[in-house]
Amino acid sequence: MVAIPSRHKSLVLLAGVIILQVLMLAVQIKRDSEGRLIRVWTVGAVSPFERAGSSGFGWFRTTWRHYFALQNTTRENEEIRRENDALKLQIAQLQGKAAEADRLAALLNFRQSHGDVPMIAARVIGTGAGTASLMVQLDRGERDGIRKNMGVITPDGVVGKVVESYPHASQVLLLTDKESGVGAMLADSRIQGPVGGQGEPFLVMKYVPNDDEVNPGERVITSGMDRIFPRDLPVGTVTEIKPGNPFKQIRVKPAANLERLEEVLVLLSLHPLEMKNEERPANAQPSAPVAGSPPPAARR
Amino acid sequence: MNDAFDIRGESHIEVHKFRAGAIIIATLLALVIQASFPVHFARAALLDFPLLVTIYFGLSRRNPSTGLLLGMFIGLLQDSLSGPTVPLGLYGIAKTIIGYLASSIGARLDTEHPAARFALTAAFFVAHQGLIVLTRRILLAQPEPWFNMQLFLAALVNAVVAVFVFLLLDRLRKN
Repeated sequence: MVAIPSRHKSLVLLAGVIILQVLMLAVQIKRDSEGRLIRVWTVGAVSPFERAGSSGFGWFRTTWRHYFALQNTTRENEEIRRENDALKLQIAQLQGKAAEADRLAALLNFRQSHGDVPMIAARVIGTGAGTASLMVQLDRGERDGIRKNMGVITPDGVVGKVVESYPHASQVLLLTDKESGVGAMLADSRIQGPVGGQGEPFLVMKYVPNDDEVNPGERVITSGMDRIFPRDLPVGTVTEIKPGNPFKQIRVKPAANLERLEEVLVLLSLHPLEMKNEERPANAQPSAPVAGSPPPAARR
Repeated sequence: MNDAFDIRGESHIEVHKFRAGAIIIATLLALVIQASFPVHFARAALLDFPLLVTIYFGLSRRNPSTGLLLGMFIGLLQDSLSGPTVPLGLYGIAKTIIGYLASSIGARLDTEHPAARFALTAAFFVAHQGLIVLTRRILLAQPEPWFNMQLFLAALVNAVVAVFVFLLLDRLRKN
C-alpha cells in the first residue's frame, strides 16, 4: 500500500511539477528578438547580481588602486619618465636618420641623373670658426680628389666652392659669403649677371641694367661663365627688385638651404662641365657672355 | 497502480480502486480518440477527452499527488501528440493543476452524482482553458481570448459528454 502524502506534501509536489514544466516550456520557447525564454529568464535573473557585483568590484578596485596600492607609484612614475625620455631621444634619432636617408637618397638620385659629371658626396663636419666668413668643412679632401676651386652643390642648388683642400678634409666658402660669387643668369629672360653673397642669408644679383625686365619669383641658374659650375644649376629665386644706379638691386633667395647643410656633392673637375638641362624653357635663348659682367666676382 | 482501496475516515468518502491497467488504457484511449475523432467529425474538436479522463480519475482517486501526476503525464502526452507548434508543458501544466484540484475537491465532496459531475466538469473545463490562455499569454506571448461563446459551448458539451463517459469509466472500478 502506497503511503498517502499529506496535503502539504501535495502542494510541494504540485509546485515542483509546475515549475518543472514551466522550465521545460522556457527551454523550448524561442522569442524572435530575445532568444530562448530560459535564456531571457536566466539573464534577467543573473544580470542584476552581475551588475551589482561588477559595480562593487569596480568600486573596490578603484579604491584600492587610488588609495591603497600607491606604494610603487612614485618609482613607477620615475621609471616611466626615464623610459619616456629614452623613447623621445630614440624617436629624435630615428627622425634624424630618416631625414638623412631622404637627403642621401636625393643625392644619390641627383648623381645618377648626372652620371656624366664626376662628383663625390661629402659630409659637412664643421663650420667656420668665426662670423667673419660663411664657411663649412667637409669630411673629404685631397685623397678623395677634392681640389681648390671645385664647385660644391646639393640637389637643390649651388652651395659654394672649395677654398682649401687638406688630405682628409676640405673647406667650402658658401655662396652667401661676401667674398663668394657665381656666374648666373635669369632662367626665363636669360639675362646674365654674377650672384654673390653679402654676409646674410640672401644673395644679390649684380650688373643687371635698369632697362631689363626682371620679375619676382624668377629662377636664377648658373651660367657656366665662371668655369667652376656647369650651366643650369639652380642658384636661387628672385625675391625683390629695386631700381638702382646704374644697375638694378636684385635680391635672390638661395636655392640650397645653406644654413642647414649636412651632405653635399663636390664637382670633381676644374674644367667647364655641362649638366643635363631638364627644365630649359622652349623659348630659352642660348646663353652668351654679357659685356661688362665681371667674372672675377665669381672666382674669388 | 490502483490496487489501494480504503475509506478515508475523516471525510467518509470512498477512494475508488480500479482494475489493473484501467487508468493506462483509459488514458491512451482518450488520447487516441482525441487525435482521431476530429478527423472524421470536425465538431469533435470541441471535446477534450484527456481532460475528462484527468478529471474523472482525480475525482475518483481523491489523492492530490497522484491526481497531479496523472494530470501531468496526460497533459505531456497530449502536448507530444499536438505537433511542434505546441510546446511540451502547455497542456501539462494545465492538466497538472486540474488533476490536483479535482483530487482535492474529490476528497471533500461527493462527486458521484451526475449533476455534480456536470458542474465540476464545466468548471474544470473553464479553469483548464483559463490556464492554457494564461500560459500562452505569459510564456508564449500569444494573445488568446480568455473566453468566448464557443468556449462556453465547449464547456457545456464536455460537461454533458463527461456525465456519460464517467458512467462508462465507473465500470472500470473494482467493487
